[in-house]
Amino acid sequence: MAQRVAIIGTGQTHHRSHRPDVTGREMIHEAVTRALEDCELTIRDIDAIVIGNMDHFESVNFADTWSVDGSGGVMKPIMKISTGGTTGASVSIAAQYHVASGLFDKVLAIGWEKNSESDTTGAIITCSDPIWDRFSYSGAISSLATEAIGYINRTGATQEDAARVAVRDRGNALNNPYAHLRKAITVDEVMNSPMLAYPIKLLDVCPRTDGACALVMAAEDEAKKLAPQPAWIKSSAVRHTYTWFGDPDPNTGLISLQRAAADAYEKAGITEPAKQLDVAELYMPYSYAGLKWIEDLRFCSEGGGAKFVREGHTAMDGMIPINPSGGVLSTNCIGATAMLRVAEAAIQVMGKGGDRQVPNVNNAVATGFGGCWWSDVMILTAEAP
Amino acid sequence: MRAERDYSNLLNVQVNATMPYEWSIGRHGSRFFQEIKEKQSFVGTRCPECEQVYIPPRRVCGPCFLELDELVELPTTGTITAFTILDYPFIDPSTGEPRAVPYTYGYIRIDGADCIFSHMIDETDPNKIAVGDRVRAVFKPREEMQGNIQDILHFEIVD
Repeated sequence: MAQRVAIIGTGQTHHRSHRPDVTGREMIHEAVTRALEDCELTIRDIDAIVIGNMDHFESVNFADTWSVDGSGGVMKPIMKISTGGTTGASVSIAAQYHVASGLFDKVLAIGWEKNSESDTTGAIITCSDPIWDRFSYSGAISSLATEAIGYINRTGATQEDAARVAVRDRGNALNNPYAHLRKAITVDEVMNSPMLAYPIKLLDVCPRTDGACALVMAAEDEAKKLAPQPAWIKSSAVRHTYTWFGDPDPNTGLISLQRAAADAYEKAGITEPAKQLDVAELYMPYSYAGLKWIEDLRFCSEGGGAKFVREGHTAMDGMIPINPSGGVLSTNCIGATAMLRVAEAAIQVMGKGGDRQVPNVNNAVATGFGGCWWSDVMILTAEAP
Repeated sequence: MRAERDYSNLLNVQVNATMPYEWSIGRHGSRFFQEIKEKQSFVGTRCPECEQVYIPPRRVCGPCFLELDELVELPTTGTITAFTILDYPFIDPSTGEPRAVPYTYGYIRIDGADCIFSHMIDETDPNKIAVGDRVRAVFKPREEMQGNIQDILHFEIVD
């Protein structure tokens, strides 16, 4: 029987577009220090470390080795996990596996990125097949645009419907002192922002951010001693589909998220997600995801995403508040982005959300998205096992 | 680490060097480009289990986890299943230079294939392109072909 695992501490940097005052490893140190402070531990208490960032972004390979000064990994078991946009969630799930295995009791998980150190789109293009796809591929925005066009054609959703998602997330970011973009926007501003790849406009997509995030996970007995309210991991799931860009049909749902969510819900005993989950921190790199992917998460019926958002069910006082942190549309330090979803969901369960806290959170969901339409899902709960 | 807001005395290091790479195309992939040069046609592979026809001609069917050896001749025509007209600046990692924009990135279902082929479509007017439009591959002059994906210049919309 696996050990039960809880998140007992979280830490993150104050995210910005450009942090010339720190190197990558110094920025990692900021997040790790804050995570350790959050659960009143020192680096000596940590048994093992898992770290991740985007391959190629800073062009520093062996980032696990290179960063040990900042991560605290000197002479500790440390390994790197890199799975594209899902990295931060994959690192979190790998840290969960470390503790669940019974081999380690207290494990540190770290995600980080200095987007300012390379051309983000150019770096993302290196994830595509160099023989077949790289010549025409142009990074995340245009492949997401093909999905958005498919969704619009299938459901009749409008660009204004998508803009409401951006307005919601950017508004929520005003309550998060760590968020990168902290300026409210309007539907008109989204609609009038420059078209990048039809139908995606500048304010429909995430920014490029420098930042890091860290989590401390502990086994059941330790977690109960160390945290007044641990965020217990109820379940997690990883689904990767294909690496050929043409394989996932942009005219259907996001299959990897449907499958990962179904798996995580089943393990957690969740049959009515919008009712049983109290808050969601979702990796939504562009506004249309806030319509389509909540259908794949079964928050609403297929094709019902726009109406569900329009009726306010995803607002801070709605049935299932989405992205109280401001989400990916407000902060996107890519290797940390999916971990921020896990950290923010844990913060909600632990009741440490300050101005962004949703009242009485019992169950929370966090997701990661990346690579070629890949998905990770984690369910956290306040209930001790 | 205390975050410093005054960035005036901070330095950075810049590197703009290129680094060469060489990727193997494999047996079926090589055949694909040879077929274009010799016959101006496409070749795909068929999975014996699920009977999916793949183009480019991959050698393993991921879902069935089977090696594919049956080559299938395919036409150079197809249907647009998704596209976008992109207009934002970025560095092309294959050249180190900004890629020319705008251009239209398209997902095309080649006739007789079950997966989608990604390439460029030579139409950047959003009023003149739609999902469902029929397209045809346009090739480089034969003497200029180099055995890579750019031997297909782009796809063009046909009536």
